[in-house]
Amino acid sequence: MLKFWKKKPAEPATAESPAADEHVDRTADPASAEVGSAIAETLAETAAPEPQAPDLEPEAEETAIVEAAREAEQHESQPARRSWRERLSGSGFAKSLTSLFVRHPKLDDDLLDELETSLITADVGVEASTNLVEDLRKRMHKREFADAGELLKALRNELVSLLKPVEKPLDVSTASPFVILTVGINGVGKTTTIGKLARRYTDEGRGVMLAAGDTFRAAAVEQLKTWGERNKVPVVSQGQDADSASVIFDALQAARSRGTQVLIADTAGRLHTQGGLMDELGKIARVMKKLDTAAPHEVLMVIDGTTGQNAISQLRQFRDTAGVTGLVVTKLDGTAKGGVMFALAREFGLPIRYVGLGETATDLRVFDAEAFVDGLLPASLGG
Amino acid sequence: MFESLSQRLSETVNRLRGRGRLTEENIRETLREVRIALLEADVALPVVKALIERVKVRAVGQEVLKSLSPGQALVKVVSDELTTLMGAANTELNLAAQPPAIVLMAGLQGAGKTTTVGKLARFLKERKKKRVMVVSCDVYRPAAIEQLRTLAAQVDVSFFPSEAGQDPVAIAKAAVAAARREVIDVLLVDTAGRLHVDEAMMGEIKALHGALDPIETLFVVDSMTGQDAANVAKAFADALPLTGVVLTKTDGDARGGAALSVRYITGRPIKFLGAGEKSDALEPFHPDRVAQRILGMGDVLSLVEEVERKVDQEKAQKLAEKVIKGKRFDLNDMRDQLEQMSNMGGLAGLMDKLPGMSSIPDSVKSKVNDNELKRMVAIIGSMTKKERRHPDLLNGSRKARVARGSGTQPADVNRLLKQFMQMEKMMSKLSKGGSKGLLRQMRGAMKGMGGMGGMMPPR
Repeated sequence: MLKFWKKKPAEPATAESPAADEHVDRTADPASAEVGSAIAETLAETAAPEPQAPDLEPEAEETAIVEAAREAEQHESQPARRSWRERLSGSGFAKSLTSLFVRHPKLDDDLLDELETSLITADVGVEASTNLVEDLRKRMHKREFADAGELLKALRNELVSLLKPVEKPLDVSTASPFVILTVGINGVGKTTTIGKLARRYTDEGRGVMLAAGDTFRAAAVEQLKTWGERNKVPVVSQGQDADSASVIFDALQAARSRGTQVLIADTAGRLHTQGGLMDELGKIARVMKKLDTAAPHEVLMVIDGTTGQNAISQLRQFRDTAGVTGLVVTKLDGTAKGGVMFALAREFGLPIRYVGLGETATDLRVFDAEAFVDGLLPASLGG
Repeated sequence: MFESLSQRLSETVNRLRGRGRLTEENIRETLREVRIALLEADVALPVVKALIERVKVRAVGQEVLKSLSPGQALVKVVSDELTTLMGAANTELNLAAQPPAIVLMAGLQGAGKTTTVGKLARFLKERKKKRVMVVSCDVYRPAAIEQLRTLAAQVDVSFFPSEAGQDPVAIAKAAVAAARREVIDVLLVDTAGRLHVDEAMMGEIKALHGALDPIETLFVVDSMTGQDAANVAKAFADALPLTGVVLTKTDGDARGGAALSVRYITGRPIKFLGAGEKSDALEPFHPDRVAQRILGMGDVLSLVEEVERKVDQEKAQKLAEKVIKGKRFDLNDMRDQLEQMSNMGGLAGLMDKLPGMSSIPDSVKSKVNDNELKRMVAIIGSMTKKERRHPDLLNGSRKARVARGSGTQPADVNRLLKQFMQMEKMMSKLSKGGSKGLLRQMRGAMKGMGGMGGMMPPR
């Protein structure tokens, strides 16, 4: 059935690659020569305040401007760094909570009911929302809270404690090459996330290579190559009718011989209900193990932050077939705030590595439970 | 994808059995369950509230018809309301414009706009015999234009080339001019995914809409979207005069609440469903059929009852005759029953019709096939006539022979004999119970049969 899609791709590079032993994309090859100088450059930059920690501080904006200059080609109009609060404050969740506490200074059951409603509207899920609110209700009846503000604080703590256990940043220095296999359903932002990750790791001074494992969707290889060019990292590809596992195998070989530190492999989006396609992920992992028994070191599942309760079913299937070890939640810069993260954390406890808070390469942030929850709660209580 | 919603609803209404009139009291609990079911299916809260309110108003005080159980009566009300919400019939794409008829696509990132353009192009070309041109105004995402070019080549429609540096509105205008020159019937305009809160991008698509004056503006939405579907749909409907909705990724297992939310918020019909990876996986959306699928619980229930009744009576009658004649239930009878089950579509076929099955993971479901049934029939078929009439004869060596003959293990033969023994035991009680008891017993027997696959839920 896949045959239908297997038309010859238009781009010339792939027409040559079957003949050449070296599958590494030509367009990126000259670029890799520049990687060295780019690393030196970025090292100088990262010697300045570590890019993650100052997320919530205003000074971060200054360092960001330096980075922003390098992103001229990425249609960037504003400084790259904005705080989580700024990013998330427009969220429906935050809005409804804020309005809730403006309108209801009174501490009563109605308040809790509305709180439950807000949580449900944020996709936290019926069960999780009910549990949270019932717990607060019990404590309220025990007169633990003096006013609504204290109740909100307690809620914040509850929410943070739900997410705290899954706040485990990804450490890519434990192996070399450290292989990251990205998986997820269609249209969640896998390729974009890889582009952003490539930027992040090059900024950290690591040698990065990308593997164009999405051989199915039209122009997915092109898309990844563009990201490769932007970040000046080599992209291994075989064109559109190639076998995904074989591309990734080649990439791993290339990464090993070149001493690349991080290899990020793309895969085609697939719905978790399609058994055959899901099995292919297993094959990719098996093939990798022939070269490196520890690979893939991280199976990173990308989840669309606007997804509702179906995210649970997605993660369950991907975890079972692909052995997901970490999550990236994307598209959190809209009005959806990924309340389903609470449900995922509760049900699976898999680490959330990064969150996508915007379009630009630097908008992929290391997940920070407190910053995330604070961004959702009214400003008077956060921080 | 809608099965789980219907299943959840049918469960909740079952508790409403045996009450003569729907009152606010007796439907409160059920409506709460309906509310949770809808929320868990990702129907947006404002939509759920409106729906529940309307159901309450209509249901309270209603006499329950004799033919219906109170649960069914309430289901009927919910069903009617949901059908109203979903709309009555399929709304076709309106292409009644001076050619080229322009179709503009809009939606969030990753909703499936470009893929849908490819599918729609093929649909219009093959089924509507239209000359189709596609153009991409997505100058932002890397290789988005390339993606559409590839898709256009695959479905063999004209592609108007554009480049990343260009202005979307200029691209669109040039495409319209080209379409006119080439006497194209339909021009499909793909756009970049955009966040509804991104004012600049929303401004851009408004400008695009203004420049193109499309006859159809389709809002593409991922069927897995959660509560946010309401916000997104509202923002897009406010910014653009939408004419229809395309619901994508419906081949997953999402409960499809987003369909209801978007339909309710925008008031626009869902025109197509994207249901697969291939370019022909685009289905016109038939709200009436889907509403039936979501809410066909009444039908499902009656169907199941009917199936049960049929199975029970035929078998019961035959067996009853046998019992009356004083004969023993033997393996021949058992085989007849097994075969009858296969005739009804086998376990898998029966399962499909049963509510509650959607809660069972697909991985388990796929294991339930009729192999078990077939194997049991084969085991019995490998016995001699004498053995079938007198199963006691089966000693170790005979069992080994039967296992060899049927390609199974002696353990399988033993399991079958055990099941047979259970059934026989029940049969021997039948004569005491009269015909009603007989039916009841048979239902129990069916359950026992289900037990062999471990699958049939107790009903």
